[in-house]
Amino acid sequence: MANYDNLVICEHCDCVYDKVTLVNYQTSYCSRCDGVLQRFNGLSVEQRLALTFTAAVLWIFANFYPVMSINLQGLKSSATLWDSVLALSVGPITFIALVAAIAIIIAPVFQLLLLMWVLSFALANRRSPAFKSCMRWLETLRPWSMLEVCLLGAMVAVFKLAGLLDVLPGIGLFALAVLSLMMIRLAGRDIRDLWGIL
Amino acid sequence: MNTPPTASELNLCLCHTCGLACDLSNRAHQCERCDAPLHYRKINSLTRTWAYLLASLVFYIPANLLPVMNTTMLGSGADSTIMSGVLEFWQHGAWDIALIIFIASIAVPGIKFVALTLLLVTVQRNSQWARKERSKLYRFVELIGYWSMLDVIVVALVAALVKFQALGDIEPRVGILFFGLVVIFTMLSAMSFDPRLIWDTPQNKEQMDDAESH
Repeated sequence: MANYDNLVICEHCDCVYDKVTLVNYQTSYCSRCDGVLQRFNGLSVEQRLALTFTAAVLWIFANFYPVMSINLQGLKSSATLWDSVLALSVGPITFIALVAAIAIIIAPVFQLLLLMWVLSFALANRRSPAFKSCMRWLETLRPWSMLEVCLLGAMVAVFKLAGLLDVLPGIGLFALAVLSLMMIRLAGRDIRDLWGIL
Repeated sequence: MNTPPTASELNLCLCHTCGLACDLSNRAHQCERCDAPLHYRKINSLTRTWAYLLASLVFYIPANLLPVMNTTMLGSGADSTIMSGVLEFWQHGAWDIALIIFIASIAVPGIKFVALTLLLVTVQRNSQWARKERSKLYRFVELIGYWSMLDVIVVALVAALVKFQALGDIEPRVGILFFGLVVIFTMLSAMSFDPRLIWDTPQNKEQMDDAESH
């Protein structure tokens, strides 16, 4: 079978191009539909693995510390991400709790675990066991991981409650802010480069 | 500038999972690199997109009419819908927050309904009109898709925090379930649509049908 590794197909309009080598911050676009063909990937495997471990620590902070706490006439209350998922699980709307849990807790943690697994082996220049299914899961999880939406939602919630009572953003919120930005960089499409180098 | 050759002309196919250009001349059904199933175009793309889109349109009605949240303060309770939440912020002068919620919860799903319907109808009519712009429209729809989850998260967090029994209590209501379903179904709808259909001409469609049926 002929090898087509040097070709890139535009996913938006099916045009075929030769792959080009990009340097810093360059992006190549399809000449027919203006879709992105290739994007420069500035992270080496080592850097990406290091950032993944950082993100995992942040995930722990974001999940085990309260996102925010409130104070109403001396009464205190605080909530973690898991508490907010549980708040949705009461009554007939349990299904939406599952969706929220996947979007803000489960999908991100699986992305991080898969990245750690795949990248640790990549560091030794090897494909990890179950490399194919790990890479496919990373593709499947990407659209359902919604940490940046969660961050904006938490900030809106702060403003929503600030009119009624005292609101104090917690450690969890700051961890969530940094984590959501890191996930955009870490779990993006350029992880596909591993197919080529391993 | 000349248009480059298309993958279907060269009997190639893009693997959506790993991005490899796969050779289909000997009827490969799987990507040789990542084992994902290969198709010239997403299977039943138009039917699926329509189905998910209509489902989300149906859910959009209860999502906006039914209350998403119940606030009890000092014994007196009040239900609020998404729009009443927006109006409340607006009246308290927080127009920026009101705008964020309005865009994320009402405008984004609305834009997606209009955009996806436009894309579906033009593709079905084999329209050659503004193909580049329609491609961009599709990418825009994909980009804004999940931001509508915002309200679900806000309600969840607020309900988790305000738990003071008689003094003050906030509970989620069934509207938020329908709202979440709207988001999921519009996302599935956008994922099922194959943007390459925008560029397909009747000739290469026939060619592909031939190739698939063999």
